[in-house]
Amino acid sequence: MPQGVSRGSVAIVGAAESDLGAVAALMSPIDLMAQGIHRALDDAGLTLADVDGLFCATTQARTSAMSLVEYLGLPNAYTDSTIVGGSSFEVHVAHAHAALEAGLCSVAVVAYGSTQRTVGRRAASAREFNPYETPYKPFLPATAYAMAASRHMHEYGTTREQMAAVAVAAREWALLNPAAWEKKPLTIADVLNARPISDPFTVRDICLVTDGGGAIVLTKADRARGMRQTPVYVLGSGQSITHASITSMPVLTHTGAIESGAQAYRAAGVKASDINVLALYDAFTINTILFLEDLGFCPKGEGGRFVEGGRIAPKGSLAVNTNGGGLSYCHPGMYGLFLLIEAVRQVRGQCGQRQVAGAELALVHGNGGVLSAQATTILGGPATV
Amino acid sequence: MPNAVQSPLAIYIAHLKRGELGYQFSPSARQAVFYPRVIAPKTGAADLEWRVSKGLGTVHATTVVYPQQGAPYNVCLVDVDEGFRMMSRIEDIAPTEVKIGLRVKFRVHTPEGDEDPYPVFTPAEGA
Repeated sequence: MPQGVSRGSVAIVGAAESDLGAVAALMSPIDLMAQGIHRALDDAGLTLADVDGLFCATTQARTSAMSLVEYLGLPNAYTDSTIVGGSSFEVHVAHAHAALEAGLCSVAVVAYGSTQRTVGRRAASAREFNPYETPYKPFLPATAYAMAASRHMHEYGTTREQMAAVAVAAREWALLNPAAWEKKPLTIADVLNARPISDPFTVRDICLVTDGGGAIVLTKADRARGMRQTPVYVLGSGQSITHASITSMPVLTHTGAIESGAQAYRAAGVKASDINVLALYDAFTINTILFLEDLGFCPKGEGGRFVEGGRIAPKGSLAVNTNGGGLSYCHPGMYGLFLLIEAVRQVRGQCGQRQVAGAELALVHGNGGVLSAQATTILGGPATV
Repeated sequence: MPNAVQSPLAIYIAHLKRGELGYQFSPSARQAVFYPRVIAPKTGAADLEWRVSKGLGTVHATTVVYPQQGAPYNVCLVDVDEGFRMMSRIEDIAPTEVKIGLRVKFRVHTPEGDEDPYPVFTPAEGA
């Protein structure tokens, strides 16, 4: 993909979650977007009157940009409600980068909201009928990721214990995050002995089902430098959509993160070993293993062995999913926005107990569908531009 | 491209009703194409020919689904010998006995009621 935008020409200047977990009765997804936007603008020192670009996605509103424009009363806003599943928000950042640079808007908000826990997963994101898959009753998305995991185990000898280590590390990080849904410790045995869902996964290999939302605010770098927060610059983006249904995934052990990561590294002018903190979309434990490999943090096939021994846990050598991830912090269905929020806070140095020392360069990796839509965003602090 | 008289899915189902596993082949792309389409991916050519598979394949990936109610069941991906992959399930053996690499043979499953038939597979000894 040609990189038609300049490295670091825009920055994230505001970031906030809406209410998370189990929200108040009858809150709507757009209520949560609006709450996130209010808090993120407050974080940035801006008001709604400054906003002229809206980027949003939710599974609960078919025309979410239209709903959000109406709710906020911003009829002339530049809008984009691209939806490619959980990675939609990393794609929105790339699109906002281009829109800001082209002068189509000057303050862009990226927003998400979901009441998945309140209304039920089926109501929040109804599955489309697929005549080539639906008759077999795959429990989607888990069954699709489970089959990818079966290939990884078959080809590379990845074990259940190694996948469980991903869930345990996420939980250890979550215990350092007051906003995390899960509050109790977790062991590898707990993961293995939990209720089976779709082999090799138990319920503890699978992301949470929560409500939640949030927003981030972007503007051009020159404006960002005078604002309330330390700017977090967008250094590079990449995306690759390899398939929609798991049957059409070209190679079940190799994701589009290989391509999206390469694009983002090239645009940012950095490599994996330069990155200080990672936010990887952990819808399932196998995801973290796949993305560590595909983004160059270990060789292909070594991801299982790489995560053993607490390497990605709070006292490990590589800081991954410091908020506790989709596995233990929050997962309202499309988690990608929360990856960005946590990376922004790490680069700003606002993460308290879970702060990674010297977190100047952050890699955010979003995943959508069934390992389908991969999108990478590299963010950096003032020393990186 | 002339107007379609039958959709790709309708032709696929018609094959199944005759006990056949139909699939497409694109001469321009020189590859099998599945699921059925109106043009070939990548080349974009409207040259898709219908062929009938011999019905033999190999399990490529597999899982056992544990529903909240009812018995666990298999869901898998089968690499059919003619060079395409499809989702299916393996019948006649326990779902936990379905392994990657298992050779399997196609048969038609005809659901009760007005649901369309769909392909399933069974273990194929020595095939």
